[in-house]
Amino acid sequence: MSIAAGTGPAGLHPHPNSVEAPPTLSPSAERLRDRFARSPLSEKVAVLDLDLPTVEVSPADWPTVARFLRDDPECRYDLFLDLAGVDNAKRPGRPTRFEAVVHLHSLSRDEHVRAKVLLPDGAEPRLPSVIDVWPAANWFEREAYDLFGFDFPGHPNQRRLLCHDAFVGHPLRKDYSPGQRWFFAEEDLRMPAWAVHTEERAGHFETQTISIGPSHPATHGIIHLVARLDGERITRAETQIGYMHRCFEKMSETHTWNQVIPFCDRLNYVSAMINGVGYVRTVEKMLGIEVPDRGRLVRTILSEFSRIMDHCVNIGTNLVDIGGLTNFWYLYQPRESIYGLIEACCGARLTVSYVRVGGLAIDVPEDFVPRCRALIESIPRFVDDVERLVTRNKIVRNRLSGTGVVTKEQAIGWGFTGPMLRSTGVAYDVRRSRPYDFYDRFDWDIPISSDGDNFARYLVRMEEIRQSLAIIRQALDIFPASGPVNSDDWHVVLPPKDAVYHDMESLIFHFKLIMEGIRVPRGERYDWIEGANGELGFYAISEGGAGPYRLKPRPPCFPMMAAFEDMIVGGGISDAIATLGTLNIIAGELER
Amino acid sequence: MPLFGKGKTLPVRDPAAAGGPADFFTTRLEAMVAWARSNSLWPLPFATACCGIEFMSVVSSHYDLSRFGAEVVRFSPRQADLLIVAGTVVDKLAPALRKIYDQMPEPKWVISMGVCASSGGFYRAYHVTQGIDEIVPVDVYVPGCPPTPEELMYGILELQRKIRSGEKSRDSRSAAAGEGSRFAWSPGERTPPPGKP
Repeated sequence: MSIAAGTGPAGLHPHPNSVEAPPTLSPSAERLRDRFARSPLSEKVAVLDLDLPTVEVSPADWPTVARFLRDDPECRYDLFLDLAGVDNAKRPGRPTRFEAVVHLHSLSRDEHVRAKVLLPDGAEPRLPSVIDVWPAANWFEREAYDLFGFDFPGHPNQRRLLCHDAFVGHPLRKDYSPGQRWFFAEEDLRMPAWAVHTEERAGHFETQTISIGPSHPATHGIIHLVARLDGERITRAETQIGYMHRCFEKMSETHTWNQVIPFCDRLNYVSAMINGVGYVRTVEKMLGIEVPDRGRLVRTILSEFSRIMDHCVNIGTNLVDIGGLTNFWYLYQPRESIYGLIEACCGARLTVSYVRVGGLAIDVPEDFVPRCRALIESIPRFVDDVERLVTRNKIVRNRLSGTGVVTKEQAIGWGFTGPMLRSTGVAYDVRRSRPYDFYDRFDWDIPISSDGDNFARYLVRMEEIRQSLAIIRQALDIFPASGPVNSDDWHVVLPPKDAVYHDMESLIFHFKLIMEGIRVPRGERYDWIEGANGELGFYAISEGGAGPYRLKPRPPCFPMMAAFEDMIVGGGISDAIATLGTLNIIAGELER
Repeated sequence: MPLFGKGKTLPVRDPAAAGGPADFFTTRLEAMVAWARSNSLWPLPFATACCGIEFMSVVSSHYDLSRFGAEVVRFSPRQADLLIVAGTVVDKLAPALRKIYDQMPEPKWVISMGVCASSGGFYRAYHVTQGIDEIVPVDVYVPGCPPTPEELMYGILELQRKIRSGEKSRDSRSAAAGEGSRFAWSPGERTPPPGKP
């Protein structure tokens, strides 16, 4: 089979999107198609040109293609970003009912790619595990097993990840009722097999298996760590999550496009604004609308303030965990000032729900710019003080330096992004690699470190606070004093209230938007921005309905938490606590 | 009977006026104990989600919960008498929450902070407990998503008022009425299997 536009893998139906595919390919898709045509895999894959170059493959060929995508010098997709299951039961025209959609990034070529594994109908959905290609696939595959019932032969630990152990069925399948709950009792909790059947080696001075969490002051939310200790040294560990799995993805399928925004804000609730921006940008791309400069700058400024808050919370709580309470209380002051600014803009402090598809809920208050300027003048003092207290503090250095070390290769293999990846020496930042909004017009640096330990992460975050301040300062310089914040596409954004009262057409637009919501054209889109703890992506599928057909966030802290159980083995139990703090785990985003 | 009635002065004798050292006032023991208890609540923050971040705001420097005598945050249920459930509780966590509640010594109170804890909030979903009162008895529900710090403080003040007025906690009341099993999280209530789709 040739790799012409519009044909699927051998034996599968033509791709429905191919009809609308443009005759000319994007350069990256063209290159990928060309590369596959020259390879022995040419019969096995179809390269499509959607919003991203997309490789369609059958499960049997998936491991070979995966290895090719990672190792081929012209591909080098080394960063495993996300695996999203899709149930096409109510999506006519797709060749198979189930497909696994994988997003990859190439650090050397700075490019994303999508791989779709089409799981044939008529049998249990099954595709080989690719843990040996990308270790990051581990938890993503467990999640797909849990929520979709995909079977991954070769996965070493295929059990439920998010749902509890007494759960029956796979909730993200389209035939699962969103409200169907299952009773779970304490005795239903399944521990890792190795923790249940312990074979203590003779000669150990003291070996024991302990549970930390689910409710423990150091677990940052609700996380359950099972660790086997030899004295104080961890010899084996496994993290159990799902204690905060509140069904974001199922909920987004039962709500309209704009109603999903509050759910998004509760993903990473420490920097809620960034999540909303990431989501609405995806939808705006699908709709093909542009937000005016003023609206985009407000989003940029508040996102950067949110990033500062996120880093303040992370540094503060991390220091609390290792015994220093002062900084946490002290860093609360700038946070409260930022909360004040956000509250003045939208009326909420934490979970803002400020963005809308096409712009913002309301315009910023009149004193927005002076308020921001006052804030960026006051924040450096707090950062400097904390730096003086902490950076050369001997206790902090002893606890953080050399603990939780991650090498560059490990970080890439585990799928790290954000400060965790940058602390190992990889300067990957979405704001620089694929500048969105105005980030290409600002002068700012990507802080990196080569140590990869806990202290390096602390330093990177401290410097990112300063860089965010620099970005806000430049954004304020070009901030238009007046102008619209919303797109003027009344199919998407509510018309001004005045016009609704005096103009029939506006009234109709208002009515249609309120009663029916936004209609997003059929198609799929992966769009990504830089969240506070890494690449935050949203993979959205629209079938033209009132809400998303499928919405899968790419949670930045998910792969980091997945790697945690490997990171801490060999270290002391107290180092594990310090390491957990620097990962910046947000339960809402981790377990969604 | 409240300890300090509104507009009343303390019945303490002024030593100078009375010319003697006999300073005393009369009250009931329960009122005295309730007054002391209400002003020395030791909260256990069962913080799971966004509300936990707002709870941090409430106890930290800016809002400073210690002004109301409830700042000795304890992470061990054995040392706490007020359980503040801040955030969504999902079915996987429900047994843990019940266990923590059972480990707290009497008398104990529960504040449900935010709509997720109170009713499941807008997560009407397959894995979310639709209100923690499925699992533990709740004394004060604080609405909001998340509640502002002022709202949580009001909730704590309301609880203090309840304690001072001698009202028993929900737990003691249900035990006295013989409905202790009402809140017990028993395996008898398994959800029936779903019908054919």
